Amino acid sequence: MSDSTKLDYLDLDTKDKTFLDSTEMVLNMGPQHPSTHGVLRVILKLDGEKVMGTECVIGYLHRGVEKIGENRTYTMFNPYVDRMDYVAAVSNGLGYCETVEKLLNVEAPPRAQYIRVIMTELCRIASHQVWLGTHALDIGAITPLFYAFRDREEILRIFEKYCGARLTTHAFRIGGCIYEAYDGFEEDVKRYCTFFLPKLDEYEKLLTTNRIWVTRTKGVGILKPEDCIALGVTGPVLRASGVKWDLRKAQPYECYKDLDFDIPTGINGDTYDRYLVRIAEIRQSVRILQQAVERIPTGPIMAKVPKVIKPPVGEVYHSIEAPKGELGYFIVSDGSTQPYRVRVRPPSFVNLQALDTMVRGMLVADVVAVIGTLDIVLGEVDR
Amino acid sequence: MPEESKGPESVSPLPEGAKAPSETASPDKPQAVPLTPSAEVKPLTGTASGASEAKPTEAAKPATPAPTAAAKPAAPAAAAPKPAATPAKPTGPVPEPWESELVTGLKQQYGSGILEASRYLGQRYLIVDSSVLPEILRRMREEEGFDYCVDITAVHYPKREHQFDVVYVLYSFAKNERIRVKTRIKDGEHVPSAVSIWATANWLEREVFDMFGIVFDGHPGLKRILLPEDWHGHPLRKDYDILQQDKEWVHINLGIESGQ
Repeated sequence: MSDSTKLDYLDLDTKDKTFLDSTEMVLNMGPQHPSTHGVLRVILKLDGEKVMGTECVIGYLHRGVEKIGENRTYTMFNPYVDRMDYVAAVSNGLGYCETVEKLLNVEAPPRAQYIRVIMTELCRIASHQVWLGTHALDIGAITPLFYAFRDREEILRIFEKYCGARLTTHAFRIGGCIYEAYDGFEEDVKRYCTFFLPKLDEYEKLLTTNRIWVTRTKGVGILKPEDCIALGVTGPVLRASGVKWDLRKAQPYECYKDLDFDIPTGINGDTYDRYLVRIAEIRQSVRILQQAVERIPTGPIMAKVPKVIKPPVGEVYHSIEAPKGELGYFIVSDGSTQPYRVRVRPPSFVNLQALDTMVRGMLVADVVAVIGTLDIVLGEVDR
Repeated sequence: MPEESKGPESVSPLPEGAKAPSETASPDKPQAVPLTPSAEVKPLTGTASGASEAKPTEAAKPATPAPTAAAKPAAPAAAAPKPAATPAKPTGPVPEPWESELVTGLKQQYGSGILEASRYLGQRYLIVDSSVLPEILRRMREEEGFDYCVDITAVHYPKREHQFDVVYVLYSFAKNERIRVKTRIKDGEHVPSAVSIWATANWLEREVFDMFGIVFDGHPGLKRILLPEDWHGHPLRKDYDILQQDKEWVHINLGIESGQ
């Protein structure tokens, strides 16, 4: 009996090859797919359920931010940068303000630096919370989304109290901060830290040892360190591959050199390691917050900057460690009130390029996990 | 506005230019030094690190030996032909020559291919001839350890003969150093692709092509990345107005007369 079935099978194989050979199929994922975090279109070349290759089609959210920058004054362009990576608006603003300050050759006063660091670290936590919630939701865990957004609300409340806005904050100005820390700012931040640490344990309880989570993320979307460097990948994705590199340490800006924190790194460079690295990064951010809030010096919050900002002729590239990676600004000044050229080096854009390397040979369902783990914001990819 | 802004600069460099290069990066110093003759103005300008609107004009006039009446009409005329490209010695820091082993090594090998090696506000950059660009980039990657290509971008100077600056921002993990390699090309001139050197150059070069129309030879798939593939025009060129758009594309694809 077993012999006959074997024969049948072999016959099929030799007679009609197409019956067993699946042909390559091209499938569009997006641009209106819920797990693409916006309007990303990924063209998948599939062999059955196996991904043979991908191509990203981006630009659906292109607003010409760089062109707008050339047609606005330095001050007027400041709020626009918040609209790129809108879940980490504070970081965008910090990067832009610092670059113009570098061009003007001024430095924010110490008090402003501490306020900036506190705001940026809160923003990093908020950004990672959005990542955690949506990433887990993509994979099928609904609860973390509610937990993460519930706790993010507390950060947004601090933002709102500080500058009146929750999402696109426009918190900083060229030369420092325009808003003094409100009464009880320090207490709010301290309270947040004590409130949040147990919540972070809750997230971990839900996911870190969850069998489904581990199966869906371990070994998925592996990126080797050399691939990371060749592809220009930065941020938690780079660190999860084992490269201990963080701009806050490598080229410290603001008051980061006075603060004590570690750079968490991963080993395997897979989706699970990226999850662990980001969670560890949140813990480090809390650590930075706890130190910074104790040390806020007194003094002015604005450096001496002219009312009309006209940097001397020259060009400067400056970058900061945004929640998603290296966020750089390259600004060319011709000595007028408007930048001659503003170039934004967006971490999401460059990191998204690694998608193809990460998903080749994996399954369609893994593509969803990998897009989530890259933590892209299409507003920043397309600008 | 631009005329107003050019005015003070083109007047002030005369007295300042001679002394500024020897100064360090601090902006206050080069400003304060040339202004010493006019004692009353000194404390005023010393406070503003960038150029404030009125003060430099006020300060420069007494310092300029020429009569003010003659200097005024001359200023816009001098500024008009090449406003952006002129390295008009600014009120701020001035690029200073950058000397290091890397630069001398490169100069020995490529000679006149290295047009400039400078440092501005502590940031180092090289300007190289486009003919030796691929060799230099490869050398940067393989011998000098600049293993991470941070960014590739371009700047358009329509009034120059070599209209475009193509800028490569490179970083070395081992040295914790960042440098910029720039090359100047004419409109329509091609640049060799760096994709074989850094894989990340792929999308970055596509974006430069999309926004400036600069063609990278040897790129594996050079096509638009942010704009639709059949769009006409390259928006980050200076002759592309901010309100300009491909009306035909908008009409055909969106069924409306204008996107504005």
